[in-house]
Amino acid sequence: MQVEAFEGEEMILNMGPQHPSTHGVLRLELQTDGEVVQKITPHIGYLHRCFEKHAENVDYPGVIPYTDRMDYIASMNNSLGYALAVEKLMGIEVNDRVKALRVIVAELNRIASHLLSIGTYAMDIGAFTPFLHCFREREKILDLFEWTCGARLLYNYNWVGGLSHDIPEGFVDKTRQFMAEFEPVIAEQNELLSFNKIFIERTAGVGILGEELAISYNVTGPNLRGSGVSWDLRKADPYCGYETYDFNVPVGQGKFGPLGSCWDRYYVRVREMEESLKILRQALDRLPDGDVQEKVPKKVKPPKGEVYGRTETPRGELGYYIVSDGSPNPFRVKIKSPCFTALAVLPVISKGEMVADIIAVIGSIDIVMGELDR
Amino acid sequence: MKEYFRDIFQSIWTVLLGMKITWKHLFTRACTMQYPDQRWVLPERSRMRLFNKIEDCIGCGQCVRACPVDCIYMTTEKRTKDEAPVFASDGTPIKLRVTQFDIDMSLCCYCNLCTYPCPTHCLVMTPEYEFAVYSKQDFLYRFAKDKPVAPPKPAHHTPVPEPAK
Amino acid sequence: MEALLKLLSDNVAGYGSLASPLQYLLPMVLASLCCIALVALFPIVAVYAERKVAAHMQDRLGPMRVGGWHGWAQTIADGIKLLLKEDIIPSEADRVLFKLAPLVVFAGGFASLVVLPFGASVIVSDLNIGVLYVVAISSLGVVGIIMAGWASNNKYALFGGMRAAAQIVSYEIPAVMAILTVVIPVGSLSTQEIVRAQEGGWLGIGNWFIFKPVTAVAFLVYYLASLAEVNRTPFDIPEAESELVAGYHTEYSGMRFAFFMLAEYVNMFVVSAIGATLFLGGWNSPVFGGPVAFMLKSVALVFVQFWLRWTLPRLRVDQLMYVSWKVLLPASFVLVILAGALAVR
Repeated sequence: MQVEAFEGEEMILNMGPQHPSTHGVLRLELQTDGEVVQKITPHIGYLHRCFEKHAENVDYPGVIPYTDRMDYIASMNNSLGYALAVEKLMGIEVNDRVKALRVIVAELNRIASHLLSIGTYAMDIGAFTPFLHCFREREKILDLFEWTCGARLLYNYNWVGGLSHDIPEGFVDKTRQFMAEFEPVIAEQNELLSFNKIFIERTAGVGILGEELAISYNVTGPNLRGSGVSWDLRKADPYCGYETYDFNVPVGQGKFGPLGSCWDRYYVRVREMEESLKILRQALDRLPDGDVQEKVPKKVKPPKGEVYGRTETPRGELGYYIVSDGSPNPFRVKIKSPCFTALAVLPVISKGEMVADIIAVIGSIDIVMGELDR
Repeated sequence: MKEYFRDIFQSIWTVLLGMKITWKHLFTRACTMQYPDQRWVLPERSRMRLFNKIEDCIGCGQCVRACPVDCIYMTTEKRTKDEAPVFASDGTPIKLRVTQFDIDMSLCCYCNLCTYPCPTHCLVMTPEYEFAVYSKQDFLYRFAKDKPVAPPKPAHHTPVPEPAK
Repeated sequence: MEALLKLLSDNVAGYGSLASPLQYLLPMVLASLCCIALVALFPIVAVYAERKVAAHMQDRLGPMRVGGWHGWAQTIADGIKLLLKEDIIPSEADRVLFKLAPLVVFAGGFASLVVLPFGASVIVSDLNIGVLYVVAISSLGVVGIIMAGWASNNKYALFGGMRAAAQIVSYEIPAVMAILTVVIPVGSLSTQEIVRAQEGGWLGIGNWFIFKPVTAVAFLVYYLASLAEVNRTPFDIPEAESELVAGYHTEYSGMRFAFFMLAEYVNMFVVSAIGATLFLGGWNSPVFGGPVAFMLKSVALVFVQFWLRWTLPRLRVDQLMYVSWKVLLPASFVLVILAGALAVR
């Protein structure tokens, strides 16, 4: 006797590009069997703005506003990578004040970016209040940035060979005040969200990204560290004098369930904010004197050659591969995007999870479509 | 079995902890600003609307070349010899008459790159942020006063006059 | 309603000699009008209150502009906006079901008001099976939700409808079991009887069921199950906005959407009022009894719903089922057995 297996029909569910929690304009094609997702196909390119082609048509300083617009959550870190790469190409060595200030703004922006990531992640899981508490703190950082360089989101602050402005009078004190106010907020958020049983149940044990898998998919940044790999470019390939700061690289520990779960990735970000505060404190203490624009060249015209510069942005390793033909415009600017590789692993780690878990996994890999599509 | 009851206890306990925090926040001061009634005091470096003091503009075109999005349109013509010499407020002689200086603020990316090379510091970003308009055409700010404005041309593809040395 | 009938026949000459259906007509119409007024006004206040509570918990201010003082007229303005909006029905939708669904959902909550004991004599109808009636009639809502999910011809709405069906049906069992623990000692299904059984005691509150050992836990079980029945956080998965956009009412707009909102808030009030009736002594109060005490207790429970919503994340579908079948249901079984044992003794 032949028994026919009862086969239900699979449903194709289009999630995005207009969906509350696909973090921008990501479109996911889900093949679902009831609530369980069998296959997931990301479709990208909705925010493609031809960054790399644009970069070939403007001069070197003109590219910086475009780099700001890639990962608009962490513009400081993006332009920093580009500035460092061009400086490497031109052989410019900036002074210590520029280095320290770059570290300060990069770490402040890292906190701002992680706050947004944590807040939106809370919202993905269904908790609305932590989101606004995080945004309240983020606003304070944006105020500091606006005070420093005049813009709240797209700063154009890191220039080739220096910075657009020196910090204003009283910046150090205000930043210290912010840090004092911010430190208890982390503890409060932990109590409100991170260690909430429902939140743990929703995120621990979901979207497991193993160490091997993470490395083979070239996942970087907090996503990689969430899998227990201690790899941070600030330690592994230091720039801006990061080697002189004392800080730890938080890694996932698998506290509630398997290592490399959404909760681990999330909690790595929380702890990275604490480490950023540590770095900030040291940088503010040692801030040397100097002219932030003494090395800014009048005309940025690197010699013929090519360079690869990489930095640790809040989302992972952001690399700029720049080819110069000796003209004022770059011949080619290629981006190695951390979000792109992170999204590539999404179909693998979220297979067989439920629809609600897909949202949790997307939130935990923390992609920014602006950088992904460029 | 022990785990089962521990989970239940933990759920209730962490929920209560969370409720304690939100209860506390119910009585903390809100950080909202009632915008049209209250306004921010923007720092002086704020980068909002561009403004060009056309009397000081020497028509060098450095801003046009610096702009990464080509939103500044400028045409100039040489002043004739018999005209009375004109000077910018910092004493720079103005040898070119700026017949068109248009900035399309709807294209502007507020990067501030155009203001740094300006030799007479006549092009600045102001902290003025309330400049919404009903028509897209109204975003085209025309600063040149001397002559009726020619239709805007993309700056990078037209030869820009060399700065007066 | 009976009190109203008595009042009329005592004071209006010749009223008692009318035909019986006619006698009942006027009190019936009046009582329904009162219920409609409550149903229409409560969500307006509650939506405003929820927005304010949420805002202040998040260090915001909430609506501040419409109407002047702290934006008190915001929900009225929103209601007018919803009334004036274009009525959109998706072209591929099942038009009849699509139009019917909001009404069915609304009717479920509305009909439950009949047996709510606002005061000793302020009740539309003191049915002798009052509690059973509420349990039965409030499950009408789930039919409407499935109708809405199916008729919208939208996959998200369908997901929401399916989830709602599974969730509400599962959570009805622990809710009914928890209600049983109260019904057993009282020995009656009438809501008024249950309230009267809680009169007196230490300080006038000692006989409330929430202060008695078995029913105190039953209150917790009932409250959690009722949260799930009205789709509130942490059990709001049928309308989980981060996953399902808006769940079963994704395709609804304008007044039909407003009906879903009305129904949601009415249901919130109904489950809280039932909770207040069964466990918090209904209209009994050591200070002042009657409708004021009843409303205060219900509103307090509604506030806790707000509070939870703006604190907690949302559970997943399978975890939701876990809570229902593996935690609440065994607990409520034990409670019923304990309540029975206590009653026998």
